Amino acid sequence: MAKMHLQLRVNNKEVETLVDPRMLLIHLLREQLGITGPHIGCDTSHCGACTIDMNGKSVKSCTVFAVQAQAADIITVEGLVGGDGSLHPLQEAFREHHGLQCGFCTPGMITRAYRLLQENPNPSETEIRHGIAGNLCRCTGYLTIVRAIRAAAERMNDAREAAE
Amino acid sequence: MIPAAFAYHRPGSLNETFGLLAQHGEDARVVAGGHSLIPMMKLRLARPEHLVDLQDVEDLRGIRSEPDAVIIGSMTTQHELIGSELLTARCPIIREAALQIADPQIRYCGTLGGNIANGDPGNDMPAVMMALDARYRLERRDGEREVAAREFYRGVYSTALQSDEILISIRIPTPAEGHGYAYEKQKRKVGDYATAAAAVMFEMSGGACVSVAIALTNVGETPLFAKDAGNAVLGTAIDDAAISEAVRCARGIAKPSADGHGSVEFRTHITGVMVRRALMRAKERAG
Repeated sequence: MAKMHLQLRVNNKEVETLVDPRMLLIHLLREQLGITGPHIGCDTSHCGACTIDMNGKSVKSCTVFAVQAQAADIITVEGLVGGDGSLHPLQEAFREHHGLQCGFCTPGMITRAYRLLQENPNPSETEIRHGIAGNLCRCTGYLTIVRAIRAAAERMNDAREAAE
Repeated sequence: MIPAAFAYHRPGSLNETFGLLAQHGEDARVVAGGHSLIPMMKLRLARPEHLVDLQDVEDLRGIRSEPDAVIIGSMTTQHELIGSELLTARCPIIREAALQIADPQIRYCGTLGGNIANGDPGNDMPAVMMALDARYRLERRDGEREVAAREFYRGVYSTALQSDEILISIRIPTPAEGHGYAYEKQKRKVGDYATAAAAVMFEMSGGACVSVAIALTNVGETPLFAKDAGNAVLGTAIDDAAISEAVRCARGIAKPSADGHGSVEFRTHITGVMVRRALMRAKERAG
């Protein structure tokens, strides 16, 4: 099949490339664009390691074709870092609260938590657990992951209040 | 996993979509949210030569209210169903069921139309649509028809939908104020398909049940409309005796297969438990 022309925004940069229609979005990100934050875990849309933010939604990029992302606005874990290189409050909180063990699920967890906190800036522990139900941690380190998300939410809310 | 090669089409209108389907016939498949079809393509259990992506067809989106019905566009996502104030107020069983489907990421992509038109007996919305007595509007290039949810399902991945047709929208008669409703789903973990699930809708008047519908998920080759189970509670106060009879009727039509969800006996038992819980919870809510 002929390659298709694709234009999209990834981490605030315009990207223009050619892709096979059957190329999955995760393969475009990792292999063609060198953005290796999103991981390939189960490759069957269960584990959430490949989670990215696409047009304001958390999406498992192993189950979307790159061509479907035509004109999309995509954020990966790399894109959460501030322009000056400073970590996002979620990234800081995962470090402080040890919200990772082997780290394989971490980019997906943080990217999912980013959208969760956009939609619900002050989630309860139960809401956090349901909110990350699509992300598996096979080290089973959920306790500290939930704690880190809760801490990040508080920090982001404090910062928002201070700014007002 | 890499799917077989295909040509990708992204029509901007229904007319354009019908044209592509007419041109490519059996070689074309439409994709809605993609979270059933794309995994099948990755396993090469599905190998469409032409993939027709419906994401830009605006006519398939949105939730609107008519005097006696709610109309939901087939490309409306589970996430949008959950967030709909209209549905939460007028037909809350849809939100309750949608929250039990898969996980947040999949609910952003997965659509109501995909869930009900795919014909997978594990999908949750078909039984809910049967309980709501929904009607599906199907269109092809030169015609349209409506099929009742209760008449739509033929077998595993087999429905009344023809290959040149598209599910456009779902028409749900607005349930009465104060109706009882519940979708009870037993699953091994969050996001799993049901071991068994039951959708219940009824209306009470003067202490008696005056209309009722019960339907079952994932305990047969299709979703099952449990007519006799409904009749068992019709005219009663939905007391323990009536509920037990409904449970007996529902168990009688359940034909689950033995798989990772459990044995035939276990899943049949759970079918009864789900019907009992759904009736009891719906009764608490009615009034």
